[in-house]
Amino acid sequence: MVQPVMPKTWYRPTKPHKFCPGCGHPLILKALGEAADELGIQNQLIYGCDIGCSLLSWDFFAMDSTQTHHGRTTPVMVGMKRARPELICVGYMGDGGGYSIGSQHLVNSAIRNEKITLILANNTNYAMTGGQLAPTTLPGQKTETTPLGRDPESTGYPVMGPEMISAITGAGAYVARGTVSKYRQLKGFIKRALQNQMEGNGFSFVEALSTCPTNWGTNAKQTWNWLEDNMQAYFPTGELKSPFRKED
Amino acid sequence: MEKPVTGSKKVFMTGNESVAWAALAAEADVMFGYPITPQNEIMHYWARLGPKYGRKFLQTEDEISAGFTVCGAVIAGKKAFTATSGPGNTLMQEPFSMAEGMKLPTVTVIQQRGGPSSGTVIYSQQEVTLTTYGGNGEGHRLVYSTASNQELYDYTIKAFNVAWKYKFPTFVLGDGYQAKMREPLEIYDPAERGIELIEPTPLVGVPGQIGVDREPQHLCNIYSLEEELYEAVMHLQSEYDRISPEIVEYEISFVEDADILVVSHGVVSRSVDDAVEALRAQGIKVGSFRPITLRPFPTQALLDVLGSGVKKMLLVESSYGQLFRLVRQEIYGETVPIETLFKPGVGIIDTDIIEMIANMI
Amino acid sequence: MKLVRVALAGEGGQGVQSVAEIMAEAAYHEGKEAIYIPNFGLEQRGGVSIAFIQISDRRIGAPKFSKADIVVALSRRAMTRTHTYSGPETIFVYDSSFQLKDGDLPSQCKRALDIPAIEKSKELHTRVFNIIIMGAILSLTDMVAVEAARMALVKRLGYKFEKNPELKELNFKAIEVGAELVQKQSEGGEKVCAATK
Repeated sequence: MVQPVMPKTWYRPTKPHKFCPGCGHPLILKALGEAADELGIQNQLIYGCDIGCSLLSWDFFAMDSTQTHHGRTTPVMVGMKRARPELICVGYMGDGGGYSIGSQHLVNSAIRNEKITLILANNTNYAMTGGQLAPTTLPGQKTETTPLGRDPESTGYPVMGPEMISAITGAGAYVARGTVSKYRQLKGFIKRALQNQMEGNGFSFVEALSTCPTNWGTNAKQTWNWLEDNMQAYFPTGELKSPFRKED
Repeated sequence: MEKPVTGSKKVFMTGNESVAWAALAAEADVMFGYPITPQNEIMHYWARLGPKYGRKFLQTEDEISAGFTVCGAVIAGKKAFTATSGPGNTLMQEPFSMAEGMKLPTVTVIQQRGGPSSGTVIYSQQEVTLTTYGGNGEGHRLVYSTASNQELYDYTIKAFNVAWKYKFPTFVLGDGYQAKMREPLEIYDPAERGIELIEPTPLVGVPGQIGVDREPQHLCNIYSLEEELYEAVMHLQSEYDRISPEIVEYEISFVEDADILVVSHGVVSRSVDDAVEALRAQGIKVGSFRPITLRPFPTQALLDVLGSGVKKMLLVESSYGQLFRLVRQEIYGETVPIETLFKPGVGIIDTDIIEMIANMI
Repeated sequence: MKLVRVALAGEGGQGVQSVAEIMAEAAYHEGKEAIYIPNFGLEQRGGVSIAFIQISDRRIGAPKFSKADIVVALSRRAMTRTHTYSGPETIFVYDSSFQLKDGDLPSQCKRALDIPAIEKSKELHTRVFNIIIMGAILSLTDMVAVEAARMALVKRLGYKFEKNPELKELNFKAIEVGAELVQKQSEGGEKVCAATK
């Protein structure tokens, strides 16, 4: 049987991975793995994962990794990077971990321009706990805790993470939003977010629009449509801030 | 780089200052902290002194972050510490719980203030329960309760060594009085006292090429199965039980023929010492037992003392029974009557104890 | 020397904490045991500031105490705030300029002693008001030798004294003046507190 091509930095003994069919996480983690391969940083990269579905990736990579707590991956990576600046510290989290319970850490580490890389998967819900309202849930979107659909009057509008981060970071920060439906672009963003840390320029942040058919209750086609039609319309993709020249 | 403390010298300084010097002498690499009274000066001194000796400091956005940045730095293999009090200690229970679960040698200095809630910024012994058994775990922590600025210095140095030797989160439990008062003490280079500093070791970013020389490090704190968690907790427990006899510390005085045994910890034990001395001068047979480690508790030592003919015990603390509950669980089955002097959030002086004992005779 | 306990209270800016620290440091340099602890409650941001000092030849127990040997109140507010530290053996010191009302003096004291320190500091220099107070306290106990207090002053303010040698003389003079005020007032007979009358 022909094995699918895996990044060198994926850890083979833990494959196949634990994510649901149709989940966007493995695509984001593939982009991260390939970017790490291309940069040749397998032995320097330290991967930290949050609680939520991202925790399932704790043994995903053939790279040193640690779990943390819900929302606390950011300070753990900050502590690690400050202690050993030669390490390339990458935190991986969901929209709940980054924008809700860990928002004070995200905001303040961005303000301090911490030289770490954070990748945040936005799938518009709390998936691991069964599909509750997330800061990124779209207006009208039904979740377990907004059974009639999100009403912005009561629960506000979806958080525009990268827009916020780019507003509060200083020079040298790299901020982008990609989507798993544009894989090559997403991988480019993640690679640049790693390079930015390697060059010591500043805070690096990539939000990745992702899919969650299990909690969305969608089939394959509906899943893709929801991502491309609804999410990408609300959350524009692209680089918001970059110290790199355009032709890079 | 020159040592921050060479030889040994007498100084007159606050407890907070002595902690900062001790952390320097113990070769701590980095402090993460968030302002809260009465521990602020630990950060102030560290922020000034640290950079002179190549040490790092970051003021984080809150205590949760201070605790987790310490965890991150420890995972990366550096001696990291923080200091806090009261509501800050409450917030830090989350990172301390991770340190427990992952066996991270974090070091934390707690300068207790009054509670509950914002309480007072002054003094108490009300963070005993929180520091020994806080968090959603089994209290797998090492907690030293100090009674003087000298002990803050001694046990801060010791905390780094014990943490990195045994790999359990370690605490130095002081209080607002010790934090803010000036008194004489001796600061010293640990090497001069024959104290060998334990070198920290990283859990990630370790030497060797992954896939060639070694497997990747995968650190976890969440388990899919009950049985997996059970195994992990039982392993922690057996490790904790194994090392406890090497760690327990206590102080006793006048216990050989004591009818009444006064049990106290931390700064209150100083007043107990004075009271015992005064009562002995009157011919009253009083003795004192002071646990220095609150976790693990010096249970056997206390049982031995109780077994030597003690007729009554007096528990004295600046909290409403936090030490009392610890003691009672440890000596379960003993029938010695226990009286209590509880003054939550208030200092206790020798005459308080003398009066109490006069009523007990 | 037996344990001496002093509670020193005043308004922010009167130099209560710094003079307490100087006395404790002087005792420490004399080889004595000394504890100095400020009250550092929320009151440090406005209100009465209190310093607790204990000096002894032997190890000192609790950092705080219930009754002091000497209480010094440098404002009227500080008088009532410090009643709790005044017992039957306490010398209660306050400034002669205070217009006392009933209840300003503590119900218990061995002796109430008013000294015109504020007035005298205006003659000498208002900057050394707290040093006058220190001189007064030193003359009431044997807790610290004047020479040790001078050395502690030099240690603390040495850089200022170097720039301005007159300042050193002024401070030393203030210690003497404080002692003289106590002497003079004591000659004029002793006051006692309400309950001990």
